[in-house]
Formats: sequence, structure tokens, C-alpha cells
Amino acid sequence: MFKRLADASAAGAAVTLTVDGKPVSAREGDTVAAALLAAGIDHCRTTPVSGAPRAPYCLMGVCFECLVTIDGVGSRQGCLIPVRTGMKVETQLGKREAGR
Amino acid sequence: MTAASDLAASYDLVVVGGGPAGLAAAALAARAGLSTVLFDENPGVGGQIYRGITTTPVTDRAILGEEYWAGAELAADARASGALIVNGAVVWSLDPQKLVGVSIAGKTRLIEARRVIIATGSQERPFPIPGWTLPGVMTAGAAQTALKAQGLVVSGRTVLAGSGPLLWLLAAQTLRAGGRIEAILDTTPWRNWLQALFHLPDFALSPYFSKGMSLLREVKAKVPVHRVDGIEALGKDRLQEVAFTSGGRERRLPADLLLLHQGVVPNVNLANAAGVAHSWNERQLCFVPVLDEAFGSSVPGIAVAGDGAGIAGGTAAAERGRIAAIAAVRALRPEATVPDPQAIRQKLQREEMGRAFLDLLNRPAESFRQPVGETLACRCEEVTAKQVRDMARIGCEGPNQMKAFLRCGMGPCQGRLCGLTVTELIAAERKRTPEEVGYYRLRPPVKPITLAELASLPISEAERKAVER
Repeated sequence: MFKRLADASAAGAAVTLTVDGKPVSAREGDTVAAALLAAGIDHCRTTPVSGAPRAPYCLMGVCFECLVTIDGVGSRQGCLIPVRTGMKVETQLGKREAGR
Repeated sequence: MTAASDLAASYDLVVVGGGPAGLAAAALAARAGLSTVLFDENPGVGGQIYRGITTTPVTDRAILGEEYWAGAELAADARASGALIVNGAVVWSLDPQKLVGVSIAGKTRLIEARRVIIATGSQERPFPIPGWTLPGVMTAGAAQTALKAQGLVVSGRTVLAGSGPLLWLLAAQTLRAGGRIEAILDTTPWRNWLQALFHLPDFALSPYFSKGMSLLREVKAKVPVHRVDGIEALGKDRLQEVAFTSGGRERRLPADLLLLHQGVVPNVNLANAAGVAHSWNERQLCFVPVLDEAFGSSVPGIAVAGDGAGIAGGTAAAERGRIAAIAAVRALRPEATVPDPQAIRQKLQREEMGRAFLDLLNRPAESFRQPVGETLACRCEEVTAKQVRDMARIGCEGPNQMKAFLRCGMGPCQGRLCGLTVTELIAAERKRTPEEVGYYRLRPPVKPITLAELASLPISEAERKAVER
């Protein structure tokens, strides 16, 4: 859905995070949601009601569709949080698991 | 990087939001000697219009246009003013006593403010069409944010749909960046032209006129535009096709990305939760705070500046921020020198010229604001338009009661993506005005915080003793 402009690929250092355990490369300056979109990851969560897949929608902190688990903390807004090397991102499946 | 523990216990002025209004307000107030802090939840300042202005990887200035780059001066001026600017700072609470709850990197504080300027700007109006929750459907603003902040441009088969200046600006920026757009589905109703034409002379004199015309020419030369009166996003688990009706005919376009936009509306959550009175604006079809001429709200000491005060655009937002800041300075440091507010008001008037034309031309059709059937009104709790309409018909009188019946507005977005839809649906079914129906009563926390963050609040000895047996 998105590709990086040539000068944007050159800017910023490479950052490697994991998404559901798999390495994903991003650029410094990416938010978690932008990194997921750039990596072509189709959805970041499923809904608590029907289990339908959802992906980032507004990218400006309003819609809460990009909620992901980051370093063990659930329901973080991926579009507001900058990526860091070693960050562990997990997609959220349906109802939040107890104990998280 | 400022940590929560670095903050003072109180400030003369707390500004919430680092877009044009917030940056201009903070800079003016700090220069006039107020201790000023600006909290912004994003990784960098600029708000949406100047998103990523200090960090954007887009080097070709022509792509985003000179208007975008004008934000660099605002950001630099605020930075140099002496105001403390804190990014990654989420304001989750504001009460009428002007106690500000703010979280930074997992730690929270309650900060006292003598004055508060809410500059939380606008958000895109909900665009509830069938399939708008499918992955592959996003807002035009989202694509613009990705372009400005990360240098990401659309790829694959992309369709834009809706109305309003931002849709055309994004189209132009995308084309300049080498992106491809299959089609633009223009939802502007024909009859809007009749209402808007009366205000065309004013608009022709406004700075937006020639810019708007050249944008339209630039885009229409490269992208087919269809005037449509119905849109549907189709696909299982992700967008595959966009169906639309144009001139009574249904057509389908295969698509990987559908970008929706039908204007922007004030982001009311923080002001509403602080108890600021709002009223329905029929021309802009949204709730706006009730404000005096210096943007002071119904809550003493709390002002709302920028597009949060009613939509007027980025340059007007900065002037509004300055006017609100002058009022704060005059209240707290009357001896300080401030710029002449008359001159600022004149600039503001020039900026607001032509707004009536834009508002009336871009008023979205009823069918795109008041969905029917299985179309989701509330994305978070997956509540359909039919459910809301049925509930209103059997007696539910307002959005707050609707929460109890259907849970709409009670998911993580706290009504941001369904509030206007639910109000309008109830009004339509019960033959009331949106003003009579009202809006959700919002309460803090207006942004999610964890219990651990709350527990991180510093506790004084007196507070500890108060609960000890």
C-alpha cells in the first residue's frame, strides 16, 4: 500500500524491531504504525467484538485502530510511538488476554 | 528529553497541542514572560498541517509545497521563545480548576496551570460507508501524515474519495511524489454549488482561491474524476474493490487502498471533558466550543484556539493562538508588552475570508453522514447504523443513553469516530436538531493511561496521611 520515497530511504538510520517475533526493518523517525504499513503488514489487530481484522486508519492518534502490544504493554497507539531497535511489537487478537 | 519528573508543579500557561495554534500561543506567551509549557502527544511538533516539520525525510520541497514549509518558522520561533516544549506528552485530563494530567514515557503528573490554551486542533470527519473498517481503507489525512513524517507514498491501486481541500491537496502531493492514483470519487453534492456561489466573491479574494484552482487543475490533468453519490468498500478481510454509483450507474474499481476524506471537525474531547460548553454549528455540521472574542471558553481560564475553535485552517490557527495568548498575558502579567491584537485580528479576518464558501461547498451529503443498515456507525464496538436508528425510534433520546444501550462511543476512541454520526442519526430519527440531541459527555482520562502510570503520581506526605488509619 505504501512505498518509501528514494530520499526517505536514505534518511534516518535503520532500525530493526520484531513483529510477532519476526524481524521487521524500519527507519529512525518511523512510528510503529508507519513501520507496519511500510513493511506491508496487512492488519495489526482483530476486534474484541467480532474478531474482524483492523489496520491503522487515521495515523493521527484519533481512531485507535492501530492498537498493538509494545514490549508487553497492550493497547498502545502505534501511530504515536516512535520505533526503537529491539522493540517487540505484537498484534492484538480479539479480546485482550487476561494477565496483560 | 523532558521527563515527567522534570516538570514544575505549576506553570502560568499550559498549552495542549503543538500545531500552529499551540506553537504560536506558546511562543508569544513565553516571550511576554509567562512560564509556559506546551504538551504534544506526537513525536515532534507541527500538528497535522506541519506534521514532521522538524524531521521530515522529504527533501524535495515542491512535493509538500511552500505552505507546508512555512511551519518551520513557527516551530523554530516557539523553540527559541523559552517555552518548554514537550513531545510524547499525552494530556489525559483537564478539570475546571485547571489541573492538567499529563503522561510522559509511562510516568504521569498532575500540573497546576493558571491559564490553559487547548490547541488540540481538528480531526477528519467520520466517513461511515459500508466497508470503511476494512484494512486497506484509510483516511486521506493518514496518507498525508505518512508522506510528511516518513516519506511514504501510496503504491498499488489507490482510489481517493470524498470532498474538501485536503483531498485535492493530498492528490497533488501524491502525484508530485511519483505516486499513482487510479481515480478520485468526488462526493460534493451539486446543490452545494448553489448555496456556496453566493459567497464566491469573498472566496475569490481569499488566499485560498488561486491556490485551490491551481490544485484542481494540477490533479484533474492526471487523474480521472467521477462525481458519485454512493461508495462501498468491498472485500473479505481486506479491501479488494471500490463500488460507486455515478449518474445512476454502479461501477467497480479493483483497489488496494481507498483514502476517504470529507472535511475536518474540531477535536472536542479534552475541552468537552473539562466542562467547556459546546454548540452545534449548522454550517460546519459539527459541535464547536462556545467562545468569547479572545477564544476564552465557558470555563474561566481555559481558552480553545486553532481549528478546535471551529475550522478555519492552519494560518488562521496561528493567529487565533496569538490572540488567546495575549489574553492570558494580559490576565497574568498586565505590565508585559504584547503585539497589537488589532493587527492580528485583521490578519485573521483575511484568513477567514472565503470560509463560508468552502464550508458550504464542502458540506458532505446527508447519505455520507447518516448511514443506514449494517454500515458501522461505531467502529470500536461494532455498532451498526440500524441499531442506533432502531434504538432512537423506540425512545433513546441522546448519545449518553445510547452508550448504555449499545456501547457505542465506549470503545478506545471514546466517540471520536462515531460521535457526530450518532448525534445526527438520533436527530434524524427523532426529528430533533443535533443541538437538542447533544453530544457524548466525555470524561477523563480522555486518552488511555495504565494503572501503573496512575500509580506513578507523586504523593505528598499530607496525601499519604489523609488515607492512613
